[in-house]
Amino acid sequence: MSLSIANMTICEAIALLEGKQCTSVELVSVLLNEIRRIDGTLGAYLSVDENDAVSQAMAADKARSEGRKGRLLGIPLAVKDVLNVRGQPCTCASKILQGYIAPYDATAVAMLRREGAVLVGRTNMDEFAMGSSTENSGFKITKNPRNIAYVPGGSSGGSAAAVAGGEAIAALGTDTGGSIRQPAAFCGCVGLKPTYGRISRYGLTAFASSLDQIGPITKNVKDAAVLLGVMAGRDEMDSTSVDVPVPDYLTSLSGDLKGMKLGLPKEYFVKGMDPEVEAAVRTAVEVCGGLGAEVVEVSLPHTDYAISTYYIIATAEASANLARFDGVRYGFRAAGAEDPIDMYGKTRAAGFGAEVKRRIILGTYVLSSGYYDAYYLSAQKVRTLIKRDFENVFMQCDALLTPVSPTVPYKIGETSSDPLRMYLGDIFTVTANLAGICGLSVPCGMSSQGLPIGLQVLGPAFREENILRAGHAYESARGLIRYGE
Amino acid sequence: MRYLTTIGLEVHVQLRTRSKMFCGCSTAFGAAPNTHVCPVCLGYPGAMPVMNRDAVKMTIISGLMIGSRISEFSKFDRKSYFYPDMPKNYQISQYDKPLCVGGSVEIDIDGVSRRIGVTRIHLEEDVGKNMHFQHSSGIDFNRAGVPLMEIVSEPDISSPEEAFAYLLALKQILLYAGVSDCNLEEGNVRCDVNCSVRPEGQKEFGTKTEIKNLNTFKGVLNALKYEIPRQVDVLESGGKIFQETRRWEVETGVTIAMRSKEYAHDYRYFPEPDLAPVVTSCEQIEELRRNLPELPRTRRERFIQQYSIPEYDAGVLTADVAVADFFEQSAKLSSNPKAISNWIMTEMLRLLSEREMDIRKVVVTPAALAGLVKLVDEKVINSNSAKEVFALLFEKGGEPDQIVREKGLVQVSDSGAIEKFVDQAIAENAKSVSDYLAGKDVAAKYIVGQVMKMSRGKANPQLVASIIEDKLKVEKMKRGG
Repeated sequence: MSLSIANMTICEAIALLEGKQCTSVELVSVLLNEIRRIDGTLGAYLSVDENDAVSQAMAADKARSEGRKGRLLGIPLAVKDVLNVRGQPCTCASKILQGYIAPYDATAVAMLRREGAVLVGRTNMDEFAMGSSTENSGFKITKNPRNIAYVPGGSSGGSAAAVAGGEAIAALGTDTGGSIRQPAAFCGCVGLKPTYGRISRYGLTAFASSLDQIGPITKNVKDAAVLLGVMAGRDEMDSTSVDVPVPDYLTSLSGDLKGMKLGLPKEYFVKGMDPEVEAAVRTAVEVCGGLGAEVVEVSLPHTDYAISTYYIIATAEASANLARFDGVRYGFRAAGAEDPIDMYGKTRAAGFGAEVKRRIILGTYVLSSGYYDAYYLSAQKVRTLIKRDFENVFMQCDALLTPVSPTVPYKIGETSSDPLRMYLGDIFTVTANLAGICGLSVPCGMSSQGLPIGLQVLGPAFREENILRAGHAYESARGLIRYGE
Repeated sequence: MRYLTTIGLEVHVQLRTRSKMFCGCSTAFGAAPNTHVCPVCLGYPGAMPVMNRDAVKMTIISGLMIGSRISEFSKFDRKSYFYPDMPKNYQISQYDKPLCVGGSVEIDIDGVSRRIGVTRIHLEEDVGKNMHFQHSSGIDFNRAGVPLMEIVSEPDISSPEEAFAYLLALKQILLYAGVSDCNLEEGNVRCDVNCSVRPEGQKEFGTKTEIKNLNTFKGVLNALKYEIPRQVDVLESGGKIFQETRRWEVETGVTIAMRSKEYAHDYRYFPEPDLAPVVTSCEQIEELRRNLPELPRTRRERFIQQYSIPEYDAGVLTADVAVADFFEQSAKLSSNPKAISNWIMTEMLRLLSEREMDIRKVVVTPAALAGLVKLVDEKVINSNSAKEVFALLFEKGGEPDQIVREKGLVQVSDSGAIEKFVDQAIAENAKSVSDYLAGKDVAAKYIVGQVMKMSRGKANPQLVASIIEDKLKVEKMKRGG
């Protein structure tokens, strides 16, 4: 039979493997062929260790032949280059980590391995997950598979492009201010940012520790539920992971929305947003109403402060998190330094890209003596208010429906000279990270130019089943979207 | 003009935990470089800290020992600065919510007791160690991440001698608490010293200097003995003291200003997002308080009362918690605590110091010492034999009564046998007898010595003396004296 990865989901691949219609080695080989064929154009991957992938697949096939089980046995997955995968590079798309080989597995990666997953390659991203277009990669630009003149979004743009472009069945991303949901929306795939503390961050190279979260980028909501089920849970190695029981997310995918109350936050439907985005989201809301949901308008009054709050907290934490990249212990070290201070300067000047430097400087500034109270402390207070906004609305409804991004994907090069414009594009996604709640991005249509538009479903902390149920029911009712037409 | 001195100490104490502050690596001293390391303590990408609960507990115990208020809500913060020995280029420390606030340490100076205030105790991680070779430098990260407790004193100390006494008292308390080995050779205790002088009568403190990273108490004493007159000299000659960090040079015995660049820090503290705040309930604090070890001073007073030993003895015995423990275990098994104290203060401490040994490592048991004292008190052996037995116990351990039996050291108290020796001695030492009869009482002692020799040391000396005395009296009467 001829295998096609392009539209293959995890659940379909599991069925093929279990029905002995193909082996993991065959799946991986087809996948590697596709990467060889397409990735020169898309640029989704930073590194692919073909031999390693094939030997993992062989091990999975052997395990299956011996009767061993695993929820992802033999399933190839792509991993964003910000996560440590033992024995593989982990550059975070930064020149400063060139040559670094991860000596350990991130907990999320280890959990995928335990279920038999085959880790195929490392996907491109904005350097250290800072950016919304993947143009800030220190190595290459990833293109949107729906139209290669456009950005795939970011920072998990490589993962989203690989999934949408048929170069991966599913992938892992990370989301600090929208970095899973926005590229998923831009590329027309599903992206889930779980609740803060739901999945261990151990092994995720930190950008902003109080905001970062690992999550799946998949072809449909069901696959996202499968991957979440594998990775969720308390980890002793991450003190911020939370010991909340992990439900069977698949059982929540009922296909209807009966009895569900969905809120529309009025602050998320604002003047200035792309009318095509608003129209697509409003249509999706109607579909949800048709599935039995009660739709109510709600208010998140502190939404206006979210962007500035986010950029203060995220950059402050980043300035400390990225201090360790100094050329002393691993990665890139600039030559010709006179003394340690000179070495730091030269290494960091050459190793970091412009956006990373901009954020380190911002973060250093807001933490400086004399400015701390005005910036960082105030931002933490506003963060509490934003969190309270969500607690209040979730007393009235089970989930919220909003756009993912106020715009459709933009052309490569369009915002790279205007960082502020790019920051404002995060307006609907950063709030979930600030509040620590969960959010899902589901395709809900396309623009007149055939570019994808995403619907965001936000849910209360540790109620991923709410947003997966809503996203899944909507997705099933929505029908196929044929991008580019 | 007379000057007043103000000193404050920041003491960094390595806690006695098995593993590091935020990872499972060993804290053992002396391993080959970079063998006790992992992604966490090397600051690898993606690694995260996990709090060592034992270290938190030990810090709280230390606070309770010196009367600190224990924070029910405490947190860790990141302190940012770049230095090659610091893996993350930030140190996880505590800024505005330390585990322990307030407290004091009592010291004695010339027989007068004073309390030195403690501002706070917080917990942090140690850094690695830079090593410089001929053409390159290296870093050993074995020490990076080892838990350090920082004890900050109030500026209550007014002389180098008080600073020294404070450090000794603090060390004694921490050893009693069992929270640190306080091994100075292994760098377990390191001090930063702040000091200033001001003319008598001036209210506000003078400008202070900080002498960093002193790793011996003598170093603190000597550095202050240099730094205080230096500051006075500067002021006397019309100069100005600059707030600066200085380094103590052991070889030359002077303090030297470090480059200003090295201390112009803005640490940019902010709460550590990777760790939850440390919440300690009242119940947990009270539980620790209930099981708190006795303070050295309390124990000293108790020894005087409970075991009726002199104040001097109690002071010597309680100086080292292990010695005090040995004494107490032994004294509890004995009806003669003063004798136990004498054995420890003379024989035991002498042998320990001769061999540079720690009492924790001796083979003689508290029960054996109590047994030895009993044998002497019951006159089974005399004091000469007892010394011999103690020496054997100290070398090889064992039971004193068994040693006495094996070595045949049981005291001869059979007056018939002793009389024979005495008769022989009197017969063989006519000169001494006549000396005695001529009024030289000491001559009797010589005869006692002769008898002891004949009995090979085993005769009961009191019995020997009294028999000799009786016999000589008889002799005296015979000669019509």
